Amino acid sequence: MLIPHPLLGLRDAQEFTVLGDASLLARPDPTRSDAEAAFCDYVFLRDNPKGVHRELWFHEQGDRSWLVVTRDTVTHEILSAELASDVKKRMEGTE
Amino acid sequence: MTRFSGFRVLKEALTGHNGWAPLWRNPAPKPAYDFVIIGGGGHGLATAYTLAKTFGQANVAVLEKGWIGGGNVGRNTTIIRSNYLLPGNQPFYELSMKLWENLEQDTNFNSMVSQRGIINLIHSDAQRDAYRRRGNAMMLSGAGARLLDVDQLRQMVPFLNYDNARFPIRGALMQSRAGTARHDGVAWGYARGADSRGVDIIQNCEVTGFRVEGGKVQGVETTRGFIGAGKVGVAVAGHSSQVMAKAGLRLPIESHALQAFVSEGLKPTIPGVITFGAGHFYVSQSDKGGLVFGGDIDGYNSYAQRGNLPVVEDVAEGGMALMPMIGRARLLRSWGGIVDMSMDGSPIIDRTPIDGLYFNGGWNYGGFKATPAAGHVFAHLLATDTPHETATAFRFDRFNRGYVIDEKGVGATPNLH
Ligand SMILES: Cc1cc2nc3c(=O)[nH]c(=O)nc-3n(C[C@H](O)[C@H](O)[C@H](O)COP(=O)(O)OP(=O)(O)OC[C@H]3O[C@@H](n4cnc5c(N)ncnc54)[C@H](O)[C@@H]3O)c2cc1C
Repeated sequence: MLIPHPLLGLRDAQEFTVLGDASLLARPDPTRSDAEAAFCDYVFLRDNPKGVHRELWFHEQGDRSWLVVTRDTVTHEILSAELASDVKKRMEGTE
Repeated sequence: MTRFSGFRVLKEALTGHNGWAPLWRNPAPKPAYDFVIIGGGGHGLATAYTLAKTFGQANVAVLEKGWIGGGNVGRNTTIIRSNYLLPGNQPFYELSMKLWENLEQDTNFNSMVSQRGIINLIHSDAQRDAYRRRGNAMMLSGAGARLLDVDQLRQMVPFLNYDNARFPIRGALMQSRAGTARHDGVAWGYARGADSRGVDIIQNCEVTGFRVEGGKVQGVETTRGFIGAGKVGVAVAGHSSQVMAKAGLRLPIESHALQAFVSEGLKPTIPGVITFGAGHFYVSQSDKGGLVFGGDIDGYNSYAQRGNLPVVEDVAEGGMALMPMIGRARLLRSWGGIVDMSMDGSPIIDRTPIDGLYFNGGWNYGGFKATPAAGHVFAHLLATDTPHETATAFRFDRFNRGYVIDEKGVGATPNLH
């Protein structure tokens, strides 16, 4: 499986470790009143879709950047990859 | 149901084998049942069997989207054991072990349960301490355990590479009552036993949705039409999230591919099951002679029922490190199954927020050994609405209450358990 690293081009998936669902980027605000329940969902619950899935991959044996990889869980086809830092900036509207 | 016996085999041999009948019927679904079980794997079939046999319920259907035994129950490496550490787990698995010991008498079906023992290898003093503790927990639960030193181990399994530079073998924890069983035989035995007690096993019937009114389940939508139900039990292993999403529930579960491998048939070499946890490899030998082995899950979410090559390589390396002679055996087949990895590595058997809807899942790579007990306690929950005494820890709310059952001690992650 080859991952299209946005900076380094196609890299073997073996160079990466997988953390899982990219929803982990959306850490709940610890000051909100329902923070406890929100963190429980955040830590434990997953959509686990059959089909397109966005997930966090770490380029451990490469440039050690975090990527958000969009992948199909049925065909294992990789649809796209972007730097997690870019995704995070977009989420926070700081770009 | 005509009983199987040695006498029957002889009689059929002398009369041209004309007397054998199909082991279960192929009924069309009725409009409604008291109990509908979704998933014709080991757990679903064992649950229906127990509902009929122990709880006297005959108005039961098992709905299977493919054919029974086509899921993980027919794809696993057939290891059965009760060598857990934590109090939430061990009594349940020990109940399962006891049910395995009597399974064939109970179902009158040869499931080839073979208590050939399991050996978990030890490579360091720290690991010996951890395994001694685990062995003590096993003895307290009545499961039995033995701590083997290297000389005892060498007598049993002389072919291991004891002087591996990275993981020298220093001993093992052994459970003599553990072993293997014929996985399809388990599914077929339960199916035959359930069918003969009136359970309808309906294959090629995929559940596509739930009908819920006023917070209570009324039945299920299927590819063969609506089927009414008093209570619905879900036991769909790798598809747990998919099916429960149709009821609006999100689970602490991810689906991952686990691979298994079998070599050509060889003369008897491996006496029991050997696990080399440090090297991500385990092996046993089937009665046909094939070496049956496996290792880790592939590591990322998958519904593909096939594995990736890096794990093939990893497992082969583990095998070569443990027992170099395996390099001379040719690989016959490899395959994958989709396992329901839970966030603490332990299962869930519980009610759901929807009245009449019950869930059994999160079995990770170890639900085959649980089959008899899972059927037993899930049927108990469905029939009585109270959890069985050995399954009180397998609740949904253990995650938000902080009572996770983390055997491995790795925290909330589905891809390490
Ligand atoms: C390679 C491999 C090796 C393993 N090795 C071991 C081992 O050595 N020891 C051990 O204890 N465990 C092992 N396991 C785990 C074990 O096989 C599973 O935990 C266990 O079989 C799961 O329960 P089941 O038998 O009910 O699942 P399954 O047999 O998968 O049954 C679930 C059924 O639900 C059906 N289904 C899904 N969705 C629907 C729907 N919408 N409608 C109707 N039906 C549906 C599926 O078709 C399937 O038949 C292994 C698993 C794998 C993949």
